[in-house]
Amino acid sequence: MSGRFSQTTARNVFYGGSAFFILLLLALTFDTSRALPERDNRHNLTEQVALGKSVWERNNCIGCHTLMGEGAYFAPELGNVYERRGPDFIKAWMKAMPTNAPGRRQMPQFNLGEEELDALIEFLKWTNAIDDENWPPNIQG
Amino acid sequence: MQYQSQAVAKPYFITAIALFGGQILFGLVLGLQYVVGDFLFPAIPFNVARMVHTNLLVVWLLFGFMGAAYYLVPEEAERELVSPKLAILNFWVFLIAGVLTILGYLLVPYAKLAEMTGNHLLPTMGREFLEQPTITKIGIVIVALVFLYNIGFTILKGRKTVINTILLLGLVGLAGLWLFSFYNPDNLVLDKFYWWWVVHLWVEGVWELILGSILAFVLIKVTGVDREVIDKWLYVIIAAALITGIIGTGHHYYWIGTPGYWQWWGSVFSAMEPIPFFMMTIFAFNMVNRRRRSHPNRAATLWALGCAVMGFLGAGVWGFLHTLAPVNYYTHGTQITAAHGHMAFYGAYAMIVITIISYAMPVLRGIGDANDNRSQVVEMWGFWLMTVAMVFITLFLTGAGILQVWLQRAADDPLPFMVAQEKVAIFYWLREVAGLVFLVGFVLYVASFFIARPARVAEGAPDAVPSPAG
Repeated sequence: MSGRFSQTTARNVFYGGSAFFILLLLALTFDTSRALPERDNRHNLTEQVALGKSVWERNNCIGCHTLMGEGAYFAPELGNVYERRGPDFIKAWMKAMPTNAPGRRQMPQFNLGEEELDALIEFLKWTNAIDDENWPPNIQG
Repeated sequence: MQYQSQAVAKPYFITAIALFGGQILFGLVLGLQYVVGDFLFPAIPFNVARMVHTNLLVVWLLFGFMGAAYYLVPEEAERELVSPKLAILNFWVFLIAGVLTILGYLLVPYAKLAEMTGNHLLPTMGREFLEQPTITKIGIVIVALVFLYNIGFTILKGRKTVINTILLLGLVGLAGLWLFSFYNPDNLVLDKFYWWWVVHLWVEGVWELILGSILAFVLIKVTGVDREVIDKWLYVIIAAALITGIIGTGHHYYWIGTPGYWQWWGSVFSAMEPIPFFMMTIFAFNMVNRRRRSHPNRAATLWALGCAVMGFLGAGVWGFLHTLAPVNYYTHGTQITAAHGHMAFYGAYAMIVITIISYAMPVLRGIGDANDNRSQVVEMWGFWLMTVAMVFITLFLTGAGILQVWLQRAADDPLPFMVAQEKVAIFYWLREVAGLVFLVGFVLYVASFFIARPARVAEGAPDAVPSPAG
């Protein structure tokens, strides 16, 4: 590196640059927080949806599936599964697992009660209604 | 060893390598489950194996970072650790907590584990990479605080160099950002938004400070280049890393309910994220070319150069491949993401930990500056087999990903997920074969420790290049 660019300059670029961009991230975070109520469907976030999210987490669904594209890539996207399959199908599917079809990917039986199943479906319905910039590109997820 | 207390790094390094082995085995299970869906079902369902695979990765890297800090901080600070005993105690606490958590994943259903550990009191479980029971998360905070006390006070009471200052900054950032893992609101969008403050701001933020400082330390040792030169490079690299990486977080905010303007912020800044990694490559090669001594530990030098190149390819090139919002619209959450994740973690983080282990282990074991030639040759075989295998794992996953995107997302008549998966199965089989080669490389790497003897050549033989400053 050239002699004119001193170590002190490099250090100042590091500390100054980092501080500036941390502040910019905080500013954008603040603006995002103000914009979210219009987008994240929070007016429909009921107790039941919250219970559904808890069921989702307690059974580690993200370990196989994606939700709005984040998670594992072993099993289908579920951010739009409510729209793709509908509530009755989801419920019947959960109860029928595992298929035990030889060689096929298997989903465990989670033994959820009716209340938990309904809550999970409400959570998926709520998630489906989040404004996520029209992602995924089509219904297949 | 210049300072007795550096010895505490040894159990950290040994544990890191052992857990790395576990990670590879579970990776092979996962890879096979992709094509033989019912393999080990229901004993080890995919989600359990994946959680073990990713959590072992994070934990072994943390063991590696801690070992690296315990090894290099005394040398940099020119004094013994404040408390070597505390470092050993902390090691056992972290190891036992880690092993219990992994056993919990494997032996009880996850919902049962959540219940047993009182997740309902402070629900933090069931989110990708943050699957640990809340009590484990609290344990990690305590381990981190004890570790930072030990490292922080050693630096404060000793010599403050650019390397140990940046390392400490990275470690404090790592511990601080971890606290966001305790924030889990009912609102999924907020949950995801702040989840990335742990995940992204770790690997594309503060971890790069840790990576940079370890690389700088090893390069000083193996090349003998002036510290002033290396320090300046380090500052420029980490400045580029944080300037691009902090707002680069936006590349995760395209499709999760956050405002559309993130597509601009995320695309522009994350498109620049390869820059610090490219600079790291230039830096490593430059320093090795300008070396003032020929260090007998050629394997460590190879790992350092390999880390710089593979970090650039995995994090830089494969990251850029799918980071622009219009591209990411199609590739988000596909095998393209998996391809990038594998090469980036191996290149940037697995390899930097192996670099410091390769450099420090002969010293810690009392062998000398380097192992004998035969052991180094076996270690280098391990390097090449693991690295080439990872290149192929990445290429096969990329092939699977491109085809998946076409069949499931871009074609006129998109196919359902599982139908598309069956059509790309050949790539998963090839990936599994590459995974087996990776395992062979790992076995050779481990074997190199067992056959290591002191080098016969005199240590630090002067290079052909005359060294003005000694």
